[in-house]
Amino acid sequence: MRFLDIDHVSKDFAGVSVFSDVAFSIAEGEFVTMIGHSGCGKSTLLNIIAGLEQPSAGGVVLSGREITGPGMDRMVVFQNFSLMPWMTVFDNIRLAVRAAHPDWSRRRVAEWVQRYVDMVGLTGAEAKRPAALSGGMRQRVGLARAFSTEPKVLLLDEPFAQIDALTRGVIQDELVRMWSASRNTVFMVTHDVDEAILLSDRIALMTKGPNARLAEIIPVKIPRPRTRAELIDDPEYLRLRNHILHFLVEAAQRPGAAEVEIAASTGRLPSMDT
Amino acid sequence: MGRDRLRVVCYSLVMGVALLGIWQASVAGNAPGQGLPGPAAVARAAGEMLANPFYNNGPNDKGIGLQLLASLGRLAVGYAVASLVAIALGVVLGLSPALYRAVNPYIQILKPISPLAWMPLFLYTIRDSGWAAVLVIFMSSLWPTLANTAFGVVNIKRDYLHVAAILQLPWWRRLMQVILPAAAPAIVAGLRISIGSAWVAIVAAEMLIGGTGIGYFVWNEWNNLALTSVIFAIIAIGLIGVLLDAGLGRLSRRLAWSE
Repeated sequence: MRFLDIDHVSKDFAGVSVFSDVAFSIAEGEFVTMIGHSGCGKSTLLNIIAGLEQPSAGGVVLSGREITGPGMDRMVVFQNFSLMPWMTVFDNIRLAVRAAHPDWSRRRVAEWVQRYVDMVGLTGAEAKRPAALSGGMRQRVGLARAFSTEPKVLLLDEPFAQIDALTRGVIQDELVRMWSASRNTVFMVTHDVDEAILLSDRIALMTKGPNARLAEIIPVKIPRPRTRAELIDDPEYLRLRNHILHFLVEAAQRPGAAEVEIAASTGRLPSMDT
Repeated sequence: MGRDRLRVVCYSLVMGVALLGIWQASVAGNAPGQGLPGPAAVARAAGEMLANPFYNNGPNDKGIGLQLLASLGRLAVGYAVASLVAIALGVVLGLSPALYRAVNPYIQILKPISPLAWMPLFLYTIRDSGWAAVLVIFMSSLWPTLANTAFGVVNIKRDYLHVAAILQLPWWRRLMQVILPAAAPAIVAGLRISIGSAWVAIVAAEMLIGGTGIGYFVWNEWNNLALTSVIFAIIAIGLIGVLLDAGLGRLSRRLAWSE
Protein backbone atom coordinates (compact mmCIF):
# COMPACT_ATOMS: atom_id res chain seq x y z
CA MET A 1 0.00 0.00 0.00
CA ARG A 2 2.84 2.37 0.86
CA PHE A 3 4.20 2.93 -2.62
CA LEU A 4 5.53 6.44 -2.14
CA ASP A 5 6.18 7.27 1.48
CA ILE A 6 6.87 10.84 2.56
CA ASP A 7 8.43 10.04 5.91
CA HIS A 8 8.38 13.00 8.31
CA VAL A 9 10.12 15.36 5.94
CA SER A 10 11.27 18.82 7.09
CA LYS A 11 13.02 21.51 5.15
CA ASP A 12 14.90 24.56 6.46
CA PHE A 13 16.37 27.39 4.46
CA ALA A 14 19.08 29.40 6.21
CA GLY A 15 17.91 28.29 9.63
CA VAL A 16 14.24 29.08 8.97
CA SER A 17 11.81 26.21 8.76
CA VAL A 18 9.86 26.15 5.50
CA PHE A 19 7.79 23.16 6.53
CA SER A 20 8.28 20.46 9.07
CA ASP A 21 7.25 16.92 9.84
CA VAL A 22 5.24 16.31 6.68
CA ALA A 23 4.22 12.66 6.60
CA PHE A 24 1.84 10.87 4.26
CA SER A 25 1.99 8.12 1.72
CA ILE A 26 0.63 7.63 -1.76
CA ALA A 27 -0.62 4.31 -3.04
CA GLU A 28 0.42 2.94 -6.41
CA GLY A 29 -1.68 4.48 -9.17
CA GLU A 30 -3.06 7.16 -6.89
CA PHE A 31 -3.37 10.84 -7.84
CA VAL A 32 -2.59 13.08 -4.86
CA THR A 33 -2.56 16.86 -5.01
CA MET A 34 -1.09 19.28 -2.52
CA ILE A 35 -2.65 22.71 -2.07
CA GLY A 36 -1.24 25.49 0.04
CA HIS A 37 -0.35 29.12 0.10
CA SER A 38 2.68 30.56 -1.59
CA GLY A 39 5.70 29.87 0.58
CA CYS A 40 4.34 26.74 2.26
CA GLY A 41 7.09 24.78 0.52
CA LYS A 42 4.92 22.52 -1.58
CA SER A 43 7.15 22.93 -4.63
CA THR A 44 10.15 22.30 -2.40
CA LEU A 45 8.55 19.06 -1.23
CA LEU A 46 7.99 18.07 -4.85
CA ASN A 47 11.66 18.78 -5.59
CA ILE A 48 12.66 16.64 -2.63
CA ILE A 49 10.58 13.75 -3.99
CA ALA A 50 12.19 14.37 -7.38
CA GLY A 51 15.60 14.14 -5.71
CA LEU A 52 16.56 17.64 -6.89
CA GLU A 53 16.69 18.93 -3.31
CA GLN A 54 17.63 17.24 -0.04
CA PRO A 55 15.34 17.24 3.01
CA SER A 56 16.69 18.77 6.22
CA ALA A 57 15.14 15.90 8.17
CA GLY A 58 13.18 12.79 7.30
CA GLY A 59 13.20 11.09 3.92
CA VAL A 60 11.21 9.81 0.99
CA VAL A 61 10.88 6.13 0.20
CA LEU A 62 9.70 4.89 -3.20
CA SER A 63 8.71 1.20 -3.39
CA GLY A 64 10.94 0.34 -0.47
CA ARG A 65 14.01 2.33 -1.53
CA GLU A 66 15.02 5.66 -0.11
CA ILE A 67 15.37 8.48 -2.61
CA THR A 68 18.86 9.96 -2.63
CA GLY A 69 18.87 11.77 -5.98
CA PRO A 70 16.97 12.30 -9.22
CA GLY A 71 16.04 9.28 -11.28
CA MET A 72 14.06 8.12 -14.27
CA ASP A 73 11.44 6.51 -12.06
CA ARG A 74 10.22 10.03 -11.15
CA MET A 75 9.55 12.43 -14.00
CA VAL A 76 8.77 16.07 -13.33
CA VAL A 77 6.45 18.30 -15.35
CA PHE A 78 7.65 21.83 -14.61
CA GLN A 79 5.59 24.97 -14.21
CA ASN A 80 7.87 26.75 -16.70
CA PHE A 81 7.93 23.70 -19.02
CA SER A 82 11.76 23.42 -18.96
CA LEU A 83 12.04 22.26 -22.53
CA MET A 84 15.43 22.49 -24.18
CA PRO A 85 14.97 25.58 -26.37
CA TRP A 86 17.66 24.53 -28.85
CA MET A 87 15.86 21.25 -29.58
CA THR A 88 12.78 20.62 -31.64
CA VAL A 89 9.59 19.23 -30.11
CA PHE A 90 10.55 15.79 -31.39
CA ASP A 91 14.10 15.96 -30.05
CA ASN A 92 12.93 17.13 -26.64
CA ILE A 93 10.80 14.03 -26.25
CA ARG A 94 13.42 11.83 -27.88
CA LEU A 95 16.02 12.94 -25.34
CA ALA A 96 13.84 11.42 -22.63
CA VAL A 97 12.93 8.26 -24.54
CA ARG A 98 16.55 7.54 -25.40
CA ALA A 99 17.49 8.06 -21.77
CA ALA A 100 14.78 5.64 -20.66
CA HIS A 101 15.62 3.03 -23.29
CA PRO A 102 19.30 3.21 -24.19
CA ASP A 103 19.12 -0.24 -25.78
CA TRP A 104 16.39 0.65 -28.29
CA SER A 105 17.14 1.13 -31.98
CA ARG A 106 16.84 4.64 -33.39
CA ARG A 107 13.78 3.57 -35.32
CA ARG A 108 12.01 2.16 -32.31
CA VAL A 109 12.78 5.31 -30.34
CA ALA A 110 11.45 7.48 -33.18
CA GLU A 111 8.22 5.47 -33.39
CA TRP A 112 7.74 5.74 -29.64
CA VAL A 113 8.33 9.49 -29.70
CA GLN A 114 5.88 9.91 -32.56
CA ARG A 115 3.25 8.03 -30.60
CA TYR A 116 3.45 10.54 -27.77
CA VAL A 117 3.63 13.51 -30.13
CA ASP A 118 0.36 12.27 -31.65
CA MET A 119 -1.12 11.57 -28.23
CA VAL A 120 -0.80 15.20 -27.14
CA GLY A 121 -2.05 16.50 -30.48
CA LEU A 122 1.23 17.99 -31.69
CA THR A 123 1.32 16.05 -34.95
CA GLY A 124 2.81 18.36 -37.55
CA ALA A 125 4.68 20.48 -35.00
CA GLU A 126 7.51 17.94 -34.46
CA ALA A 127 10.14 20.10 -36.11
CA LYS A 128 9.22 23.29 -34.29
CA ARG A 129 11.26 24.68 -31.47
CA PRO A 130 9.60 25.58 -28.15
CA ALA A 131 9.98 29.32 -28.83
CA ALA A 132 7.54 28.89 -31.74
CA LEU A 133 4.88 27.28 -29.51
CA SER A 134 2.23 28.71 -27.20
CA GLY A 135 2.39 27.97 -23.49
CA GLY A 136 -0.29 25.32 -23.84
CA MET A 137 1.56 23.57 -26.64
CA ARG A 138 4.82 23.72 -24.71
CA GLN A 139 3.26 22.03 -21.72
CA ARG A 140 1.87 19.35 -24.03
CA VAL A 141 5.47 18.64 -24.97
CA GLY A 142 6.30 18.61 -21.26
CA LEU A 143 3.55 16.07 -20.60
CA ALA A 144 4.56 13.95 -23.59
CA ARG A 145 8.16 13.98 -22.43
CA ALA A 146 7.18 12.88 -18.93
CA PHE A 147 4.66 10.21 -19.95
CA SER A 148 6.86 8.81 -22.74
CA THR A 149 9.34 7.39 -20.24
CA GLU A 150 6.56 5.60 -18.32
CA PRO A 151 7.84 6.64 -14.90
CA LYS A 152 6.63 5.07 -11.69
CA VAL A 153 5.77 8.50 -10.35
CA LEU A 154 4.78 11.68 -12.13
CA LEU A 155 5.53 14.91 -10.29
CA LEU A 156 3.48 17.83 -11.57
CA ASP A 157 4.71 21.20 -10.31
CA GLU A 158 1.86 23.65 -10.96
CA PRO A 159 1.82 22.41 -14.52
CA PHE A 160 -1.02 24.62 -15.71
CA ALA A 161 -0.18 27.84 -13.84
CA GLN A 162 1.39 29.54 -16.85
CA ILE A 163 -1.26 28.50 -19.34
CA ASP A 164 -4.17 30.74 -20.20
CA ALA A 165 -7.48 29.80 -18.59
CA LEU A 166 -9.21 28.53 -21.74
CA THR A 167 -6.37 26.28 -22.81
CA ARG A 168 -5.87 25.07 -19.25
CA GLY A 169 -9.12 23.13 -19.25
CA VAL A 170 -8.31 21.39 -22.51
CA ILE A 171 -4.89 20.31 -21.31
CA GLN A 172 -6.28 19.17 -17.97
CA ASP A 173 -8.62 16.92 -19.93
CA GLU A 174 -5.67 15.60 -21.89
CA LEU A 175 -3.80 14.91 -18.67
CA VAL A 176 -6.80 12.98 -17.35
CA ARG A 177 -7.01 10.97 -20.56
CA MET A 178 -3.31 10.10 -20.56
CA TRP A 179 -3.30 9.31 -16.87
CA SER A 180 -6.40 7.09 -17.20
CA ALA A 181 -4.53 5.04 -19.77
CA SER A 182 -1.20 4.87 -17.97
CA ARG A 183 -2.29 4.97 -14.31
CA ASN A 184 0.99 6.37 -13.09
CA THR A 185 1.22 7.44 -9.49
CA VAL A 186 0.93 11.22 -9.49
CA PHE A 187 1.90 13.88 -6.99
CA MET A 188 0.76 17.32 -8.08
CA VAL A 189 1.23 20.74 -6.53
CA THR A 190 -1.20 23.50 -7.38
CA HIS A 191 -2.91 26.73 -6.35
CA ASP A 192 -6.04 25.83 -8.22
CA VAL A 193 -8.78 24.30 -6.08
CA ASP A 194 -10.99 23.29 -9.03
CA GLU A 195 -8.08 21.65 -10.77
CA ALA A 196 -7.23 19.70 -7.63
CA ILE A 197 -10.79 18.38 -7.22
CA LEU A 198 -11.12 17.51 -10.90
CA LEU A 199 -7.92 15.47 -11.00
CA SER A 200 -7.22 14.05 -7.56
CA ASP A 201 -8.04 10.97 -5.52
CA ARG A 202 -6.91 12.82 -2.41
CA ILE A 203 -6.01 16.41 -1.65
CA ALA A 204 -3.37 17.34 0.93
CA LEU A 205 -3.75 20.74 2.56
CA MET A 206 -0.75 22.63 3.89
CA THR A 207 -0.93 25.39 6.49
CA LYS A 208 0.66 28.72 5.70
CA GLY A 209 4.46 28.97 5.84
CA PRO A 210 6.97 29.53 7.28
CA ASN A 211 7.05 26.38 9.37
CA ALA A 212 4.11 25.02 7.39
CA ARG A 213 2.56 21.70 8.34
CA LEU A 214 0.38 19.15 6.69
CA ALA A 215 -3.10 19.97 8.03
CA GLU A 216 -5.26 17.25 6.55
CA ILE A 217 -5.73 14.97 3.58
CA ILE A 218 -9.21 14.93 2.08
CA PRO A 219 -10.41 12.09 -0.13
CA VAL A 220 -12.28 13.16 -3.27
CA LYS A 221 -15.17 10.72 -3.52
CA ILE A 222 -16.50 11.84 -6.86
CA PRO A 223 -16.61 8.90 -9.29
CA ARG A 224 -14.47 9.00 -12.41
CA PRO A 225 -14.51 9.83 -15.23
CA ARG A 226 -15.12 13.38 -14.12
CA THR A 227 -15.78 16.23 -16.47
CA ARG A 228 -15.71 19.87 -15.59
CA ALA A 229 -19.22 20.34 -16.90
CA GLU A 230 -20.73 17.73 -14.54
CA LEU A 231 -18.51 18.72 -11.67
CA ILE A 232 -19.97 22.22 -11.39
CA ASP A 233 -23.34 20.89 -10.20
CA ASP A 234 -22.05 18.02 -8.11
CA PRO A 235 -22.93 18.60 -4.42
CA GLU A 236 -19.82 16.74 -3.30
CA TYR A 237 -17.73 19.04 -5.47
CA LEU A 238 -19.33 22.12 -3.93
CA ARG A 239 -18.82 20.73 -0.44
CA LEU A 240 -15.14 19.98 -1.07
CA ARG A 241 -14.53 23.30 -2.73
CA ASN A 242 -16.07 25.18 0.20
CA HIS A 243 -14.17 23.07 2.68
CA ILE A 244 -10.83 23.73 1.00
CA LEU A 245 -11.44 27.45 0.51
CA HIS A 246 -12.54 27.83 4.15
CA PHE A 247 -9.42 26.03 5.22
CA LEU A 248 -7.22 28.28 3.12
CA VAL A 249 -8.90 31.43 4.41
CA GLU A 250 -8.67 30.32 8.03
CA ALA A 251 -5.09 29.17 7.59
CA ALA A 252 -4.34 32.68 6.45
CA GLN A 253 -5.69 34.46 9.52
CA ARG A 254 -2.14 35.61 9.99
CA PRO A 255 -0.92 38.73 8.09
CA GLY A 256 -1.02 38.31 4.33
CA ALA A 257 -4.59 37.07 4.26
CA ALA A 258 -5.70 39.53 1.59
CA GLU A 259 -4.68 37.33 -1.30
CA VAL A 260 -6.86 34.54 0.04
CA GLU A 261 -9.91 36.79 -0.07
CA ILE A 262 -9.34 36.96 -3.81
CA ALA A 263 -8.92 33.23 -3.89
CA ALA A 264 -12.19 32.68 -2.11
CA SER A 265 -14.04 34.67 -4.74
CA THR A 266 -12.31 33.15 -7.77
CA GLY A 267 -11.54 29.65 -6.54
CA ARG A 268 -7.94 30.25 -7.49
CA LEU A 269 -5.02 31.45 -5.47
CA PRO A 270 -2.67 33.98 -7.00
CA SER A 271 0.31 32.06 -8.27
CA MET A 272 3.43 33.30 -6.60
CA ASP A 273 5.42 30.18 -5.88
CA THR A 274 8.61 29.83 -7.77
CA MET B 1 16.27 45.19 -51.33
CA GLY B 2 14.44 47.56 -48.98
CA ARG B 3 14.57 51.32 -49.39
CA ASP B 4 16.60 51.75 -46.21
CA ARG B 5 19.12 49.21 -47.29
CA LEU B 6 19.48 50.86 -50.67
CA ARG B 7 20.10 54.17 -48.95
CA VAL B 8 22.76 52.64 -46.69
CA VAL B 9 24.56 51.13 -49.69
CA CYS B 10 24.47 54.51 -51.45
CA TYR B 11 25.96 56.28 -48.42
CA SER B 12 28.69 53.65 -48.19
CA LEU B 13 29.61 53.94 -51.84
CA VAL B 14 29.65 57.74 -51.74
CA MET B 15 31.90 57.71 -48.67
CA GLY B 16 34.26 55.17 -50.25
CA VAL B 17 34.56 57.10 -53.48
CA ALA B 18 35.06 60.37 -51.57
CA LEU B 19 37.82 58.83 -49.43
CA LEU B 20 39.62 57.43 -52.45
CA GLY B 21 39.23 60.81 -54.20
CA ILE B 22 40.72 62.73 -51.27
CA TRP B 23 43.55 60.23 -51.03
CA GLN B 24 44.30 60.45 -54.76
CA ALA B 25 44.09 64.26 -54.72
CA SER B 26 46.42 64.55 -51.72
CA VAL B 27 49.18 62.54 -53.43
CA ALA B 28 48.63 63.98 -56.93
CA GLY B 29 51.47 66.51 -56.61
CA ASN B 30 54.08 63.89 -55.64
CA ALA B 31 56.77 63.00 -58.14
CA PRO B 32 56.63 59.33 -59.24
CA GLY B 33 58.20 57.09 -56.62
CA GLN B 34 58.20 59.88 -54.03
CA GLY B 35 55.90 60.27 -51.02
CA LEU B 36 52.88 58.09 -50.26
CA PRO B 37 51.47 56.18 -53.20
CA GLY B 38 47.89 56.96 -54.23
CA PRO B 39 45.05 54.51 -54.75
CA ALA B 40 45.77 54.21 -58.47
CA ALA B 41 49.35 53.11 -57.77
CA VAL B 42 48.14 50.67 -55.09
CA ALA B 43 45.58 49.26 -57.50
CA ARG B 44 48.28 48.72 -60.13
CA ALA B 45 50.50 46.95 -57.58
CA ALA B 46 47.54 44.90 -56.42
CA GLY B 47 46.84 43.86 -60.00
CA GLU B 48 50.41 42.65 -60.39
CA MET B 49 50.40 40.79 -57.06
CA LEU B 50 47.06 39.13 -57.68
CA ALA B 51 48.06 38.10 -61.20
CA ASN B 52 50.52 35.64 -59.67
CA PRO B 53 49.79 35.30 -55.95
CA PHE B 54 51.49 31.94 -55.35
CA TYR B 55 54.96 32.34 -56.89
CA ASN B 56 57.94 31.39 -54.79
CA ASN B 57 61.36 32.87 -55.61
CA GLY B 58 63.12 31.99 -52.39
CA PRO B 59 62.82 33.16 -48.80
CA ASN B 60 62.50 36.89 -49.43
CA ASP B 61 60.30 36.83 -52.52
CA LYS B 62 57.00 34.98 -52.28
CA GLY B 63 53.55 35.81 -53.68
CA ILE B 64 51.03 37.46 -51.37
CA GLY B 65 48.77 34.37 -51.62
CA LEU B 66 51.51 32.16 -50.15
CA GLN B 67 52.14 34.70 -47.39
CA LEU B 68 48.47 34.85 -46.47
CA LEU B 69 48.20 31.06 -46.52
CA ALA B 70 51.18 30.81 -44.19
CA SER B 71 49.50 33.20 -41.77
CA LEU B 72 46.14 31.45 -42.03
CA GLY B 73 47.83 28.08 -41.44
CA ARG B 74 49.40 29.31 -38.19
CA LEU B 75 46.11 30.90 -37.24
CA ALA B 76 44.21 27.67 -37.88
CA VAL B 77 46.51 25.56 -35.70
CA GLY B 78 46.91 28.02 -32.83
CA TYR B 79 43.26 29.04 -32.83
CA ALA B 80 41.88 25.51 -33.05
CA VAL B 81 44.01 24.23 -30.17
CA ALA B 82 43.31 27.34 -28.08
CA SER B 83 39.57 27.03 -28.69
CA LEU B 84 39.49 23.36 -27.67
CA VAL B 85 41.49 24.07 -24.51
CA ALA B 86 39.45 27.18 -23.69
CA ILE B 87 36.08 25.48 -24.17
CA ALA B 88 37.10 22.40 -22.18
CA LEU B 89 38.54 24.48 -19.34
CA GLY B 90 35.65 26.94 -19.50
CA VAL B 91 33.10 24.14 -19.10
CA VAL B 92 35.00 22.71 -16.12
CA LEU B 93 35.23 26.12 -14.46
CA GLY B 94 31.62 26.92 -15.27
CA LEU B 95 30.42 23.71 -13.64
CA SER B 96 32.53 24.16 -10.52
CA PRO B 97 31.97 27.53 -8.84
CA ALA B 98 34.72 26.93 -6.26
CA LEU B 99 37.30 26.10 -8.92
CA TYR B 100 36.12 29.09 -10.95
CA ARG B 101 36.72 31.43 -8.05
CA ALA B 102 40.09 29.83 -7.32
CA VAL B 103 41.34 30.10 -10.91
CA ASN B 104 39.80 33.46 -11.73
CA PRO B 105 42.60 35.65 -10.20
CA TYR B 106 45.17 33.91 -12.40
CA ILE B 107 43.02 34.40 -15.47
CA GLN B 108 42.62 38.06 -14.62
CA ILE B 109 46.41 38.46 -14.40
CA LEU B 110 47.13 36.51 -17.58
CA LYS B 111 44.37 38.05 -19.68
CA PRO B 112 45.75 41.61 -20.09
CA ILE B 113 49.23 40.39 -21.09
CA SER B 114 49.90 41.09 -24.74
CA PRO B 115 50.36 37.70 -26.40
CA LEU B 116 53.57 39.08 -27.95
CA ALA B 117 55.12 39.47 -24.51
CA TRP B 118 55.39 35.69 -24.35
CA MET B 119 57.40 35.54 -27.56
CA PRO B 120 60.91 35.55 -25.97
CA LEU B 121 59.94 32.73 -23.63
CA PHE B 122 58.47 30.70 -26.48
CA LEU B 123 61.54 31.29 -28.66
CA TYR B 124 63.82 30.31 -25.79
CA THR B 125 61.93 27.17 -24.82
CA ILE B 126 60.87 25.70 -28.16
CA ARG B 127 63.61 27.21 -30.33
CA ASP B 128 61.42 27.33 -33.42
CA SER B 129 60.14 30.68 -34.59
CA GLY B 130 57.21 29.23 -36.57
CA TRP B 131 55.85 27.36 -33.57
CA ALA B 132 56.53 30.35 -31.35
CA ALA B 133 54.19 32.37 -33.59
CA VAL B 134 51.58 29.61 -33.35
CA LEU B 135 51.87 29.79 -29.57
CA VAL B 136 51.36 33.55 -29.70
CA ILE B 137 48.12 32.89 -31.59
CA PHE B 138 47.23 30.32 -28.96
CA MET B 139 47.73 32.84 -26.18
CA SER B 140 45.82 35.57 -27.98
CA SER B 141 42.76 33.43 -28.67
CA LEU B 142 42.59 31.59 -25.35
CA TRP B 143 41.16 34.13 -22.92
CA PRO B 144 38.03 35.48 -24.64
CA THR B 145 36.77 31.97 -25.38
CA LEU B 146 37.67 30.73 -21.91
CA ALA B 147 35.96 33.61 -20.13
CA ASN B 148 32.86 33.46 -22.32
CA THR B 149 32.53 29.69 -22.05
CA ALA B 150 32.77 29.77 -18.27
CA PHE B 151 30.27 32.63 -18.17
CA GLY B 152 27.89 30.80 -20.50
CA VAL B 153 28.05 27.57 -18.50
CA VAL B 154 27.64 29.31 -15.14
CA ASN B 155 24.50 30.99 -16.44
CA ILE B 156 22.80 27.87 -17.82
CA LYS B 157 19.31 27.79 -16.36
CA ARG B 158 19.11 25.27 -13.53
CA ASP B 159 15.98 23.81 -15.09
CA TYR B 160 17.92 22.41 -18.03
CA LEU B 161 20.42 20.80 -15.69
CA HIS B 162 17.55 19.46 -13.59
CA VAL B 163 16.05 17.80 -16.64
CA ALA B 164 19.44 16.32 -17.48
CA ALA B 165 19.76 15.08 -13.91
CA ILE B 166 16.28 13.52 -13.89
CA LEU B 167 16.98 11.81 -17.23
CA GLN B 168 20.30 10.67 -15.74
CA LEU B 169 22.11 11.48 -18.95
CA PRO B 170 25.65 10.12 -19.03
CA TRP B 171 28.24 12.91 -18.75
CA TRP B 172 29.08 13.08 -22.44
CA ARG B 173 25.44 13.34 -23.49
CA ARG B 174 24.86 15.88 -20.76
CA LEU B 175 27.80 17.82 -22.24
CA MET B 176 26.89 17.46 -25.91
CA GLN B 177 23.12 17.78 -25.67
CA VAL B 178 22.59 20.12 -22.76
CA ILE B 179 25.64 22.04 -21.54
CA LEU B 180 27.32 22.93 -24.84
CA PRO B 181 24.12 23.83 -26.74
CA ALA B 182 22.88 25.86 -23.79
CA ALA B 183 26.14 27.79 -23.58
CA ALA B 184 26.72 27.86 -27.35
CA PRO B 185 25.69 31.49 -27.93
CA ALA B 186 28.15 32.69 -25.28
CA ILE B 187 30.88 30.32 -26.48
CA VAL B 188 30.59 31.47 -30.08
CA ALA B 189 30.64 35.11 -28.98
CA GLY B 190 33.97 34.30 -27.29
CA LEU B 191 35.26 32.47 -30.37
CA ARG B 192 34.40 35.51 -32.44
CA ILE B 193 36.37 37.88 -30.21
CA SER B 194 39.23 35.37 -30.13
CA ILE B 195 39.60 35.05 -33.87
CA GLY B 196 39.74 38.83 -34.16
CA SER B 197 42.49 39.18 -31.58
CA ALA B 198 44.36 36.20 -33.07
CA TRP B 199 44.35 37.80 -36.51
CA VAL B 200 45.58 41.06 -34.99
CA ALA B 201 48.36 39.25 -33.13
CA ILE B 202 49.61 37.14 -36.05
CA VAL B 203 50.72 40.21 -38.04
CA ALA B 204 52.84 41.51 -35.19
CA ALA B 205 54.20 38.05 -34.37
CA GLU B 206 55.27 37.46 -37.95
CA MET B 207 57.02 40.82 -38.08
CA LEU B 208 59.13 39.57 -35.18
CA ILE B 209 59.86 36.04 -36.36
CA GLY B 210 60.38 36.74 -40.08
CA GLY B 211 60.40 34.01 -42.72
CA THR B 212 56.87 33.79 -44.05
CA GLY B 213 53.46 35.20 -43.35
CA ILE B 214 51.59 38.39 -44.12
CA GLY B 215 53.12 40.20 -41.16
CA TYR B 216 56.61 39.39 -42.36
CA PHE B 217 55.53 40.43 -45.87
CA VAL B 218 54.46 43.87 -44.63
CA TRP B 219 57.75 44.37 -42.82
CA ASN B 220 59.83 43.08 -45.75
CA GLU B 221 58.06 45.35 -48.23
CA TRP B 222 58.66 48.28 -45.87
CA ASN B 223 62.37 47.42 -45.91
CA ASN B 224 62.13 47.38 -49.71
CA LEU B 225 60.32 50.75 -49.50
CA ALA B 226 57.51 49.17 -51.57
CA LEU B 227 54.70 51.12 -49.91
CA THR B 228 52.14 50.11 -52.53
CA SER B 229 52.63 46.50 -51.41
CA VAL B 230 52.38 47.51 -47.76
CA ILE B 231 49.10 49.31 -48.36
CA PHE B 232 47.67 46.46 -50.38
CA ALA B 233 48.72 43.99 -47.69
CA ILE B 234 46.97 46.12 -45.07
CA ILE B 235 43.78 46.04 -47.11
CA ALA B 236 44.10 42.27 -47.60
CA ILE B 237 44.54 41.77 -43.83
CA GLY B 238 41.37 43.78 -43.24
CA LEU B 239 39.34 41.85 -45.79
CA ILE B 240 40.41 38.48 -44.44
CA GLY B 241 39.55 39.67 -40.94
CA VAL B 242 36.06 40.48 -42.19
CA LEU B 243 35.70 37.04 -43.76
CA LEU B 244 36.84 35.25 -40.59
CA ASP B 245 34.36 37.23 -38.53
CA ALA B 246 31.55 36.62 -41.00
CA GLY B 247 32.20 32.87 -40.84
CA LEU B 248 31.77 32.89 -37.06
CA GLY B 249 28.78 35.19 -37.42
CA ARG B 250 27.11 32.47 -39.48
CA LEU B 251 27.98 29.86 -36.88
CA SER B 252 26.53 32.10 -34.18
CA ARG B 253 23.22 32.44 -36.05
CA ARG B 254 23.06 28.67 -36.54
CA LEU B 255 23.58 27.95 -32.85
CA ALA B 256 21.39 30.76 -31.53
CA TRP B 257 18.21 29.83 -29.70
CA SER B 258 15.54 31.73 -27.84
CA GLU B 259 13.32 30.61 -25.00
